[in-house]
Amino acid sequence: MKLALVGNQNCGKTTLFNQLTGSNQRVGNFPGVTVEQKMGKIKGHNDVLLIDLPGIYSLRTYSAEEKITRDFILNEKPDGIINIVDATNIERNLYLTLQLIDLNIPMVVALNMMDEIRGNGGTIKLDELEELLGVPVVPISALKNEGIAELVNHILTAVNEDIKPKVTDFCAKDSPVHRCIHAICHIIEDHAQKAKIPIRFATTNLIEHESDITEKLSLDENELDMIEHAIVQMETEHEMDRHAALADMRYAFVDELCAKTVIKPKESKEFIRSQKIDKILTNKYAAIPVFIGIMALIFWLTFDVIGQQLSDLLALGIDALASTVDTALTNFGINHIVHSLIIDGIFAGVGSVLSFVPLIVVLFFFLSILEDTGYMARIAFVMDKLLRKIGLSGRSIVPMLIGFGCSVPAIMSTRTLSSERDRKMTILLIPFMSCTAKIPIYLVFSAAFFPGHAALTMIILYFGGILVGILTALMFKNTIFKGNPVPFVMELPNYRMPSAKNVVLLLWEKAKDFLTRAFTIIFFASVVVWFLQSFDLRFNYVEDSSTSLLAGIGRAIAPIFTFNGFADWRASTALLSGFIAKEVVISTLQVLLKVSEAGVSAALSSMFSTAQAVSFLTFTLLYTPCVAAFSTTKKELKSFPKAVGVALFQSAVAWLVSLIVFQIARVIL
Amino acid sequence: MTLDKLEAGKSGIITSVGGEGALRLRLLDMGLIPKTQVTVVKVAPMGDPIELRLRGYELTIRKDDARNIEVEVI
Repeated sequence: MKLALVGNQNCGKTTLFNQLTGSNQRVGNFPGVTVEQKMGKIKGHNDVLLIDLPGIYSLRTYSAEEKITRDFILNEKPDGIINIVDATNIERNLYLTLQLIDLNIPMVVALNMMDEIRGNGGTIKLDELEELLGVPVVPISALKNEGIAELVNHILTAVNEDIKPKVTDFCAKDSPVHRCIHAICHIIEDHAQKAKIPIRFATTNLIEHESDITEKLSLDENELDMIEHAIVQMETEHEMDRHAALADMRYAFVDELCAKTVIKPKESKEFIRSQKIDKILTNKYAAIPVFIGIMALIFWLTFDVIGQQLSDLLALGIDALASTVDTALTNFGINHIVHSLIIDGIFAGVGSVLSFVPLIVVLFFFLSILEDTGYMARIAFVMDKLLRKIGLSGRSIVPMLIGFGCSVPAIMSTRTLSSERDRKMTILLIPFMSCTAKIPIYLVFSAAFFPGHAALTMIILYFGGILVGILTALMFKNTIFKGNPVPFVMELPNYRMPSAKNVVLLLWEKAKDFLTRAFTIIFFASVVVWFLQSFDLRFNYVEDSSTSLLAGIGRAIAPIFTFNGFADWRASTALLSGFIAKEVVISTLQVLLKVSEAGVSAALSSMFSTAQAVSFLTFTLLYTPCVAAFSTTKKELKSFPKAVGVALFQSAVAWLVSLIVFQIARVIL
Repeated sequence: MTLDKLEAGKSGIITSVGGEGALRLRLLDMGLIPKTQVTVVKVAPMGDPIELRLRGYELTIRKDDARNIEVEVI
């Protein structure tokens, strides 16, 4: 049995999904659906698969999420629908319910947050609501795990006994809308049956000109004319256009329904509390400082306190394991090439990436709290005006800021952006926010070329990255991402305590996701880079890294950087090795310059002039991030070629900007 | 007058929802339809967008988009 979980955003859908399925979840794809769907078996019912569909407000097709949900229900034909409805916001939530009822599939309404309604002295007359809606209504509290078993029983009964929604007519009797709908139903009845599209759904879709449904119904010219005539007549009589008329019909039905069944004696505690919190968090003067403060706190805790400690601990563990394996392999007398593959290739590559895991987990811990409490929506509200100038919306600010920590979780966190366009654009811009792994490079270079001005150098580099990001965004806004951005019409939900279970499951999901990639694409890339570093053109194992294949490639591409001022094969080889992790740029330079760690700065100042160094730094600031970020981009864009495109684009920008910087620096320095 | 002109703290009844395309449909879906009462709760710190209260919940929309909504002040 296949069930779909459908509901508005911010109504507790994820919490309910987690309660229903526990940790028994996986992510999968359905044919024709481009976005991955979360699914899981309902606890205690191994034959029932529950699919978590995106949070939506309507079944129209103007946004990707809504189209996914609609197409899923039409094409995959789930056996039943669980429609989660936020009882504290019942009017708007039931609007979607009415559209779902049109689909004529066994369905149960899970009325969430009933505890909050009761806590405020209110009530909802469930029997009457059930009667008027024509579908079973089960009160639940997803957060407190109440009413879940009953919900499962109801939906199973509805599906097993094939109980379809009992009420189908939501239009006021003898109204123009009523006449129009019935006239069209009559015309298309046979067509809808043949196309296996629920008739009510087909009718309302025809009225709203949803072209895919019109096509599927294969109506002839005459029928289409009659339908259009009926619609125009309704528009004239009702004095509203078709879209407004249908929305009006549904909301009028819901208003009447709520007037009869919902008793809310006073303003809810939760709302009053939210208003109070917002007095500070979205205050005219305090909002931005508070936001900066919260982000700074998260960064400090993640990168300085908790995450870094855990990362260091893990790195120690990995080092210990590496040296144990190292000794064991040496004692075993294993072939020295295999030895090098395991220690210098796999342990060094995968190991360095693995130590990111604690950072990612800790960062996502804070992010999920920002999201689940409702603060993320406020950030979007506060920052929207700024971000709109570069063609994005307020929500993109958080992934971008996380990019200053590490591109990997930053790119992962774009998942919460509601628009596909904003997501893509944000992913493209994130790597321009200089990540922490680049700091060692900046430090070594400023020690060599700008001694005593490390802080200033860093500030200039960071702002340089931001500036390039803004310019790139402006360029995109007017070219490939031209056109209509998804409307910024966003709910500001009441502040709520996050569910511990949701947080834990999210962290587990992100960690698992990253670990999977560490042992697949990152593993593979590490071995490839190791191979290139360890062998020469004739596949002889090299002791001197300057004769390796990687150095060969470095020599081959070095001329590209002629006008950038660093057409030195050692520089280009170091940049290539930086694909594994940005810290590696310095260690590679150190090896190639044949100096000790302490001698790098001195060696660099004889290798580069100041102008060349500035140009090289600019390139490192902007060029494609490490393999971990690359694999995350690939995952989020769901396309290897696109990820390669992004990497090439970033490298091209880096090349161009560093070229300009060098030409200017050559003159003034 | 249009909704973007409504001061914070003031309420109005929607008389028409203009504009076109995805944005207009989204506004309708969110319950911004004629005869609905809407209150402007606050304006964002940088002067845009605005926070609205309607149908027992809160919504934020940009001023440019609010310009398409005609209201009668109450």
